[in-house]
Amino acid sequence: MKDIQELLNQQSFFKDMSPEMLNQIAGCGENQEFSPGEYLGKEGEPAHHFYIIRSGKVSVQINHPSKGAMTIWTLTPGEYGGFSWIIPPYRMQFDLKAQEHTSVVALDGKCLKKICDEDHHIGYIFMQQAAAIMVKRLHDTRIQLLDVYSTKH
Amino acid sequence: MFTAQNISPELTVEESSSDIWIPSPYVVADKHVENDDLVTFVYEPASEDILDPMQPGQFNMLYAFGIGEIPISVSSLISDHPRITHTIQNVGAVSKACCNMRVGDQIGLRGPFGTPWPVEDAKFKDVIIMAGGVGFAPLRPVVEFIEEYRDDYGEVNFLFGTRDPHSILFHQDVISLQSDPSVNFQITVDHSFSNWRGNVGVVTTLVEKAEFDPENTVAFVCGPEIMMRYGAYSLIDAGVDEENIFISMERNMKCAIGHCGHCQYGPLFVCKDGPVFLYPAIKNYLNIREL
Ligand SMILES: Cc1cc2nc3c(=O)[nH]c(=O)nc-3n(C[C@H](O)[C@H](O)[C@H](O)COP(=O)(O)OP(=O)(O)OC[C@H]3O[C@@H](n4cnc5c(N)ncnc54)[C@H](O)[C@@H]3O)c2cc1C
Ligand code: FES
Repeated sequence: MKDIQELLNQQSFFKDMSPEMLNQIAGCGENQEFSPGEYLGKEGEPAHHFYIIRSGKVSVQINHPSKGAMTIWTLTPGEYGGFSWIIPPYRMQFDLKAQEHTSVVALDGKCLKKICDEDHHIGYIFMQQAAAIMVKRLHDTRIQLLDVYSTKH
Repeated sequence: MFTAQNISPELTVEESSSDIWIPSPYVVADKHVENDDLVTFVYEPASEDILDPMQPGQFNMLYAFGIGEIPISVSSLISDHPRITHTIQNVGAVSKACCNMRVGDQIGLRGPFGTPWPVEDAKFKDVIIMAGGVGFAPLRPVVEFIEEYRDDYGEVNFLFGTRDPHSILFHQDVISLQSDPSVNFQITVDHSFSNWRGNVGVVTTLVEKAEFDPENTVAFVCGPEIMMRYGAYSLIDAGVDEENIFISMERNMKCAIGHCGHCQYGPLFVCKDGPVFLYPAIKNYLNIREL
């Protein structure tokens, strides 16, 4: 199994971090595996982890009272899931459900937050990358809301 | 690099003959229901009056007798000329009348009109085909052409986004593209309640999954206007030169030969300067309301 630091080093999210910084962050990480249908986290639960998808596919889902689980996003290898550990109230906003057999690097949120609080430079890089991803997702969600493929204009 | 010349329309108003106003009678030879509101038809001539062969990206005016006439792109060039294939979405009076036709029913066709996708000029380059919803239809002949001359192209990426799993069209094509190792086919839906196992998210997110050399890539984009606007941004952000991005526009049409002005788009007429435009030629108008 690949060393966590080496895995982080290959991710664009960590491209601005020095080997020392990566070494610290890698200390928060472990490899985890999920079977199809297994949840990485559920809406409303405390947000424990930041996930880096290594293989497989994860659905980001919201539950609709009558229609059931609605997938609003899918995460594929190289993508990231679980940002709620950075922002109060540190609660999962969506379900994260493995659609296929999925391998991830799971970084412990409390451990990461401690590092970010102690070293604001690491915290800044983390927030900058996380904000870029969250802004892009917000923008894409707005496009989804426009329902551009609808024939009812 | 592409120039205005090699996408300029072949037909000019001056050259148009009076025949171009008169629809040629065709009959429905085959009908295939794609999904709840989309139907693919193969038409064949009902007389000696035969339209010229079409090129990928061009359109015909389809006349539902007594109801009206609408522009529809050619959606396949596999049926041998003089057969013509169109895929029609039922959105209003004329498209509904067309969709309800049965094998043997008559329709009037005028065409072909408009600028084609520059598939020849894209040879020896990497290609990104980005289709949204029914925008797959005008791009399907591009896929067919590239598959026929596959060795003449570099990496070929087909990025297809649609509303939900029920709105997927051309199922057989989708299945064969998914198993074709020579095409990087990626599909995504905007949202899904079903047991859909594919990607969910907007089509622009698929650019990250495309394989291409940005310096040597041509992109063909067709779909709803908002999708095309953001599609172009995502391609440019990924390094594709805007001079190599082509977009197919839609506007209401009447004459289809640059006479009536119905399809005017800024200083351009979609019917004769388009529908396939080089992105820089139209980018300034894409953001203007109700143009
Ligand atoms: C060059 C060109 C190529 C086209 N190719 C195809 C094609 O291959 N297949 C296809 O199904 N359609 C295609 N269209 C769109 C098609 O021409 C229109 O959907 C059609 O004219 C609608 O006419 P109607 O009388 O059925 O509906 P209308 O009564 O005119 O419109 C009914 C409703 O549909 C909406 N509408 C009208 N036009 C469009 C449109 N373009 N897109 C979405 N909603 C619309 C209107 O806003 C209205 O709400 C093309 C258009 C152009 C300009
Ligand atoms: S439709 Fe008449 S000018 Fe284009």
